[in-house]
Formats: sequence, structure tokens, C-alpha cells
Amino acid sequence: MSEVPEPTHRRRSHTSGRDLERYAGLFAERTGVMRSSAMRDLMAITARPEVISLAGGLPDTSTFPPQSFAAQMTRIAQESAAKALQYGPTEGFEETKDCIVEVMGAEGMLPDPDDIIVTTGGQQAIDLVCKTLLDPGDVVICEAPTYPGAIPTLCSYQADVVQVECDEDGMQVELLEQLLADLRAEGKRPKFIYSVPSFQNPAGVTMSLERRHRLVELARANELLVVEDNPYGLLRYGGEPMPPLYQLDGGDFVIYLGTFSKILSPGIRLGWAVAPPPVMEKIVLGKQAADLCTSTLTQYFVREYFAERRWQHYIDDLVEIYRARRDTMVEALRTHFPAEATWTEPDGGLFIWATLPDYIDTSDLLAKALRADVAFVPGQAAYIDGRGSHSMRLNFSGVDEDEIREGVRRIGKVIAEQVELYGTLTGEQRPPEPEEPSAPNVVPFRKAGEAG
Amino acid sequence: MRVVVLKGGRSLERGVSLRSGARVEDALERLGHEVVPIDVGPDLVKRLSAERPDVAFVAMHGVGGEDGTVQELLEILGIPFTGPGAAACARCMDKVQAKDAIEDAGLPTPEWFAFNQTAFREFGAADALGRLEETLGFPLVVKPSRGGSSLGVKFAAAATEVPQALVSAFSYDDRVLIESFVDGRELAVSILGDEPLPVVEAILVEGDRYDFEARYEIGRTRFACPAELTAEEERAVTELALATYRALGCTGFARIDLILGADGPWLLEANAIPGLTDTSLLPQAAEAAGLSFEQLVERILDLALKPAAA
Repeated sequence: MSEVPEPTHRRRSHTSGRDLERYAGLFAERTGVMRSSAMRDLMAITARPEVISLAGGLPDTSTFPPQSFAAQMTRIAQESAAKALQYGPTEGFEETKDCIVEVMGAEGMLPDPDDIIVTTGGQQAIDLVCKTLLDPGDVVICEAPTYPGAIPTLCSYQADVVQVECDEDGMQVELLEQLLADLRAEGKRPKFIYSVPSFQNPAGVTMSLERRHRLVELARANELLVVEDNPYGLLRYGGEPMPPLYQLDGGDFVIYLGTFSKILSPGIRLGWAVAPPPVMEKIVLGKQAADLCTSTLTQYFVREYFAERRWQHYIDDLVEIYRARRDTMVEALRTHFPAEATWTEPDGGLFIWATLPDYIDTSDLLAKALRADVAFVPGQAAYIDGRGSHSMRLNFSGVDEDEIREGVRRIGKVIAEQVELYGTLTGEQRPPEPEEPSAPNVVPFRKAGEAG
Repeated sequence: MRVVVLKGGRSLERGVSLRSGARVEDALERLGHEVVPIDVGPDLVKRLSAERPDVAFVAMHGVGGEDGTVQELLEILGIPFTGPGAAACARCMDKVQAKDAIEDAGLPTPEWFAFNQTAFREFGAADALGRLEETLGFPLVVKPSRGGSSLGVKFAAAATEVPQALVSAFSYDDRVLIESFVDGRELAVSILGDEPLPVVEAILVEGDRYDFEARYEIGRTRFACPAELTAEEERAVTELALATYRALGCTGFARIDLILGADGPWLLEANAIPGLTDTSLLPQAAEAAGLSFEQLVERILDLALKPAAA
């Protein structure tokens, strides 16, 4: 076996550089709105191995059977090596689309495969929708809080983002109606409404059926597009299944985004978008310009994996694991968070959204938490305007139950210190938090987004 | 020359430090030096002993790298290093110590008080807050004594906002200072060797001027260099910065932050190891003085090796 030769240059050659002054005049205006902040730097140090990170959005890929992975990849190598290593169609393989139709069918949707494009993860689907629909300054409406990963994408297309508050039933569509009227009065017409209606990232809430109907009606009446991002729909641990907006609307005014990341693997980078044909035509052109096609190798992998007919069983396994982890986290929150804290108890997905008393800034709390070797996402990351500073997103899918308990205990401890300090500062002396659980004081379901 | 670049570490400003370090490494390589990057960890002393560098370039920010800890080790190991010495670093990093030194030198700095957590938790210092607020007036600024960037710096417009601001500041340090707010233009004077570089002004483009986070977000603050100052203003500002630099015992380089109020400049703080990233102020000031980043880095190295020549 021959060895890989040592690269002659470990780093870039001496003539290249990182100096801003060389490039400053070349940057596009939109790079100016791609923000970097002290808080983002804080997040960079959550990767230390001793830190229990409840900050990520990671599914637990350790549960995927390695022998099944090996068998599928071997079969691909033996039977389809040339094709799997070749470029593929921009829209994605028909066989991949068949798998997507199956996944969407499990939630009651019946898309036309011609309306589907296979993308490099769900994130690219968001990017392509923005690329297709947005000019600088265009209004986009999303939830408050919204998926933190959507914010940089929207900003890079220079969108004017307006956020509509959520409560325990998801986006408050009544507020949306008012907002649409206000915008109309200003002569503005939003290009689309971005929503994660089921088990929302980051709030964990699910839009009620009534609001879903109303949202779809509003979209139709105003000829607006709704971009429905549904990565977690099949990861349901309780409650009744809700029809996706796409199903209610029939696909006229809803662009649907899906992904294999949470039901199979984020490493394969496979997602998809479903859009009405005229929109899809533009999205395909955008995709072609971006990366020609999605990885053929991983599309083959999905095809083989679905041929095993076990994919729904794997989701069943994940649901059992994640339900237990959610329960563990909720239990730990009841034990370790102060009585003034509120949190969502999601029926699915990967996240709990906790809101602390309004004198606690969760970005500052993170600095303290990191010294205690635990991390979370400060709520501000889910807002475009600096709100959310009293809230935090907690992930329960990526770490095991012991780590969830320990992580929440550590966060609870730093919060308790701040609560006590605040009491001392305001003269509102209160007895120290009891060591033992005070579960009866905690209302089992709390509203998200109560505090601004 | 064999140069170790010390960067990273466990500080909250690890991210900025890695960017400063990477940029310095590139410049050093372009200058033809032999570069050994070290992400500072428990093996630092072992590695320094093994690498036997001619000089250490300290590109660390925040606790550990900017507070004299690393500098103390380098002094013990006898390795010349860039930037101020251990004692000056410790003084700059700790705003309470820095303000003390500045006041001792008779230089103007906004009125202030410092508290540690024990004062509140055990001695009922909260009862003194009212009096202090009376002295300082509103608005006021609450800062962790040791902290970098804008981390934990909060503005309080009224008495009801003070406890919350204190809770935030205490997240970063056991000691905080409460300072009266001076309204004015925000200026930074970088000093290289004994030479003040052109003054940089931070101008908030968008958002609330009391939102300290905004200052560090690209796109929300614009920097003008050289700042548009009258000759008299410029002289007052640079003289004060230089006097502060000396009062704190800085050598090599440092960045002094000031507010230019209606009645003249006021000192806010000194940064012993200012950022060297592509958006940092020291490199911008150097560029305005006609120094490329390579020239800046070379000059910093020279100052580390022959401090007497500075």
C-alpha cells in the first residue's frame, strides 16, 4: 500500500494573504450585513470536549446500525460504482424523488415528483428559495423566534426580515393579519412567510390546526408564498399529527422544504424542496448555478436504504430515544430551573425553549455557563432585532440522558446564582432555591415567547 | 527568526484570538520568518521549552493571554515577547487597577465605583447603590472589571436597570465597576513603541448607541481613520493616550480607548493586546500611518527584541 505523500505546503504559500486591505474594495455590499458578533465568538468555544453542549441541533447518528451502512455502501460499490461516482441530474434522481414521495406520504402529502428538487441539505433549499424570490430590501416574514440558521441566509440576500410572535400554538396568525395590513398600508408586499409549523426550531411549539387553515387562506387571499420548513414532522412524541400546510393548500401557495437530516443522517446532506412548476423552474436554474447537482453517492445511499424497507422502523427507534430524552430534560428543568422560568414541552422535534426572568441576559449567562462546562444557544440568535435575550434554546436529541440531567443541572446552578444575586441587589431577599425538586410549583406547559 | 505565535487559549475571546493569530502567522511567513503556531493549552511550557523560539508573538485576548499570565511565564522562561510586560498587562486587563493608575497619574477618567460580589452577597452593598447613583447620575455604565470586547458591558438609564446590569456584568467577573456615562465621540488611539498612530473614531451607523454589542458587529459600526479632529483636539487626545500608556507601564504597543466629550477627552480603558484581525483598529490605524500589516508586525517584533530602541 502506498503512502499519501506529505503535502509540500501545509499552509498557504507566502505570497497569499489574509489582509483585508487587499480585498476590501472587492467585497459585495451584502457581505456587510453578514454579521459576526461577540456572541458568535462565545459559541465558538462551546466545542471544547469537556463542555456538555445542549447548543447543537444534532440528531443522534450513533443509533444508525453500522452494518446496514456498510452493506448499502458495499452494494453501491459493487453494483453502481460508475454511476454513483458520476454527476447526476440537477433536479435529483427519480429514485430519490420516489423516496421523498414516500416520506411525505407518511405525513399525508401527495406531491408530484416533477415538483420536487433534491438539494444539498434543507439549508440549500432555504438558500435557493431566497435566491429565486428575493431582491435586496424585500420583506420576508418569519416567526419570532425563528430558526437561527435561516437568519444568515435571509441577511445574505439583504431581506427586510419582520418577525411575528409565537405562542404555544405556533405563529400568532392574528398578528400576521395585522402585520400584512400594516405592510400593505406602507405599500410593501412580503415575498414569503417562512414557518416551521411543527415542533418548531427553536421554540418547540406546533401550529394549531385552526391557525394552519387561516395561514393558508391568508396566503391564497394575498397571493403570498408560504415557505413551510418541516424537518421534524415525523419525530412526534405526543399530541395528534397535524396536516402540513402543503397538504392543506395543495401546493399552490406553499413551498415545502424537507430533509433526510433528522430521519436518517445530516452527514449525507440531502434535503428537498417542493414548489409550484413556475417557481421550481427558477429554483432548478439557481441550483444548477450553485452546484450543478446534489451528491449522487448519497442519493444512491438513500435509494438502497429505502429499499431495505426499514426506514420507518428507524424513525420509530429515534422517536423512542428522543421521547425519553425530552422527558428527561423536562424533568431536569423542573428540578433545576427557578420557579420564575418557563419552558415549552414540545410534542416532537429536537428543542426546548426556556425563558428566564427578564433580568437575566442569556448571552451573559452563557459566559458563566461555559465556565461551568455547559452550553446552550442564547435566544438572541433566533431574532434579527436583538430580542430573545432572556430565552435559550436547549437541544435534547444530541446527548444522552445522563448528560442532559447534568447539563441542565449545571445551567440551573448558574441561573440560581444570578437569581440570588438579583434578589440581593434589589433587596427582595428570597430563600435560596431548594435543593430538592419543587415540581408542584411548575405548570407543566408554559407558553413560549411570553417575554419579548 | 524562529517565532512562536501564541493564540487561542480558553478565554471567551478565543475566536478573535485565533483570527488575530492566523493573520499574524501569514504576515510573519511572508516576512520570511520560521513560524510555529501554538494554540495555548496545558502543554504550553513544555512546548515553549521544546521549540526554543527567538521570540514569542502573543496574539491572545482576554483572561490568560492578555492579563499577564502568559507574559509572566515568558518572562520566567526568558523568551522575549511582543506587547506589554506582565505587570502592565495585568493593570490594563483589570479596569479597576487601570482606573486607579490613571487617577494616580492625575489623568481624567469618568467617575466610578467598584464592587465585588461579596460586597453585595455578604455586606449588603445594595443599600449603597442609591447613594452611588446620586453621585454618578444617570445614565451610567456597568462593566465587568476584567472582560474584553463588549462582553457584559451594560448601560443603565435609570435606577431600576442597575441590578439587571450588575447581574450581567457579574457573569464575567467577580468584580464590576459602575461608571458615569460621558457623552461624546468614541475614539481609539493605538500606540506603537512610543508613537501614537492616527486616531480611529467608531461611528454607530445603525441602532441604539447604548447597545454596546453593536460596536462589535460588522455593519453596525463604521470606523473613520484618521478621525476628523481639529489640531487641538488631536493633540489633546494623543497626549492623553500617551500619558496613559506610560502611566500603565505599557511597552511595545497598546490601544487606549477614550471619549471626546464637550469638555475634552476622558479615558475609558487600555487594551494591552488589541485585536489584530482584518477588522481590528490597531491595523487600521497603522495603515493610516502608512504601515502595511507586514510592516506593523515587523515593527512589533523589533520592539519585542530591542525594547531599549523603542
